[in-house]
Amino acid sequence: MEYFLELFLGGLTRGSIYALIALGYTMVYGIIELINFAHGEIYMIGAFTALIFASVFTLLGFNDLSILLLASLAAVTWASAYGYTIEKLAYKPLRKAPRLSALISAIGMSIFLQNYVLLAQTSDFLPFPRLIPHFSFMDPIVHVIGSAELVILITTAVVMIALTLLIKFTKLGKAMRATAQDRDMALLSGVNINKVISFTFIIGSFTAAVGGVLIASHIGMINFYIGFIAGIKAFTAAVLGGIGSVPGAVLGGMVLGWTESFATGYVSSDYEDVFAFSLLVLILIFRPEGILGRSTTQKV
Amino acid sequence: MKAKLVRFGVFTLTALLALAMSAGVGAAEDIKLGVAGAHSGDLASYGIPSIRAAELVAKEMNARGGVLGRQITILTEDDVCKPEVATNTATKLVSGGVPVVLGHICSGATKAALGIYNASNVVVLSPSATNPALTQSGDYPNFFRTIASDDAQARLEVDFATDRLGLKKLAVIHDKGDYGKGLAEFAKKFIEESDKAEVVLYEGVTPGAVDYSAIVQKIRHSGAEGVIFGGYHPEASKIVMGMRRKRMGTVLISDDGVKDDTFIKVAKEYAEGVYATGPRDTSQNPLAIKAVKEHQETYGADPGAFYLNAYAGTMALLNAIEKAGSTDYEAVTKALRSEWVETPLGKISFDERGDAIGVGFSMYQVRNGVYIEVK
Repeated sequence: MEYFLELFLGGLTRGSIYALIALGYTMVYGIIELINFAHGEIYMIGAFTALIFASVFTLLGFNDLSILLLASLAAVTWASAYGYTIEKLAYKPLRKAPRLSALISAIGMSIFLQNYVLLAQTSDFLPFPRLIPHFSFMDPIVHVIGSAELVILITTAVVMIALTLLIKFTKLGKAMRATAQDRDMALLSGVNINKVISFTFIIGSFTAAVGGVLIASHIGMINFYIGFIAGIKAFTAAVLGGIGSVPGAVLGGMVLGWTESFATGYVSSDYEDVFAFSLLVLILIFRPEGILGRSTTQKV
Repeated sequence: MKAKLVRFGVFTLTALLALAMSAGVGAAEDIKLGVAGAHSGDLASYGIPSIRAAELVAKEMNARGGVLGRQITILTEDDVCKPEVATNTATKLVSGGVPVVLGHICSGATKAALGIYNASNVVVLSPSATNPALTQSGDYPNFFRTIASDDAQARLEVDFATDRLGLKKLAVIHDKGDYGKGLAEFAKKFIEESDKAEVVLYEGVTPGAVDYSAIVQKIRHSGAEGVIFGGYHPEASKIVMGMRRKRMGTVLISDDGVKDDTFIKVAKEYAEGVYATGPRDTSQNPLAIKAVKEHQETYGADPGAFYLNAYAGTMALLNAIEKAGSTDYEAVTKALRSEWVETPLGKISFDERGDAIGVGFSMYQVRNGVYIEVK
């Protein structure tokens, strides 16, 4: 039972890491039906920015908490600027083009950003400072959860709730939903869709950067490639939960995390990915729209 | 094609020169040293350094009056690292009358050629063929090498864990890659054969995964006292950080993929006490410094791969002939196994199977943020 609980919480942590990144994917998809493959790279750039600022602030002698806050702030701002620019450069000109063009543009952006960081920084792994202060819990709990894991769990929950509230109850959220339903009609009713889409990208990049800072701080190292690997898993989570749905992304992340954790714990970690992707195939066969996704008629 | 012609020209010239020199000395017949390996093609960069090493050693020996009063001439044959060419190469060298061969370079080519040498009583010493079976199969009593075999790290890790640390329960974890998994398979085999410990867990982890908490829990519940990890430092540091944060004192023993300063920088205080095997340090060896300097002076560049292994190998071969007093097969192999010789790799001799003693890997441990060799 203790073992089960440990695996359950381990899966929960891993799942909330996926969920934190998946939230951005699903937001952007929900609004403009574009799979933003560069999302993983935004996450990576967020982590790099935090690393650079944290190093500078450490040299200046700031205390731990203010380093965490200032570095996160810098990472979030910088990553949002990237998200905004990417949308303007790579997706906006293609908004009227076939959807495949925008997808290819997204993949191209992802490759470009990876190589840009590879050349501008390094291909090696860089140590990432432990921004989340480490404190140990009492004896039975210490084996199950650490402070970094707890912070990630809480952040994911907070971000999910905030996004849901934003979409449901604010004016911007209403404009987002309108844009998602019918872009032309929204435009006719006076919604500034350019602004709405820009905002969507900024919010998506914001969550990715938060994820980047927390996860890099938990793992303790980053390189230019972390965005790709995390992005693929987060994308799987988003599809699993129903792409376009905010609670779906979180649930998808959790399900994926638990599957992997239990597969490792009770079978073998050799088959961790086999189980994860078999589950994805099964869910897509029986519920093509994902666990919490709404079925929509395909627009041709 | 042009490069080949030029190279051919160079070879003929060296051969002619060697001939001219030997003619000058007259009297005693020369000792022919065969050098076989990839001297052209994709893998030439692995083979050329051994020709240069052999030439430099031979030049120095000849200047000192040769071995047993006889000059040394070098016979090179190219096998382009292909097994099907290597048999031909071996036949040519055997019919050229060489008693000893430095080579071949690639394990596959070496294996193909060894039967021919064995049948003709020719001693073969490779500076680079790492396939374990070459020495361990016992099929080739004429084979020696100055490089550690592929399983040497696993052997060292297992011996260290069971004999030095006295661990009884070991988990063997790898990263599913060729290097890590190959090493883990050897480690598992050695533990099972030794009967000194048992393998309580054998698994592969997915490299690059965001979190290893599940495998860390599994290690904890398996009751392992030590983990032998085959793979590279990013995974090793995630595993060790996971274990230490969960207050597990489990010993981590890994390989030269982890014996990297980045590992210490990333895992910081959690890296303390981690063991990793790594190549024995030869940079302070005066003979190694001299060998590298000779190469730089003669060829105007830093030596390539396996240069020091080839240099040491040539020294060991010539030393054995000198000690044996002849180029007789039985006497030379016996001398290789019994005589110690100072080389750029340190003081070496060969064991029964033909592996060099004193060459290869050492165990290192992280102490106060640096890897220190464990004596």
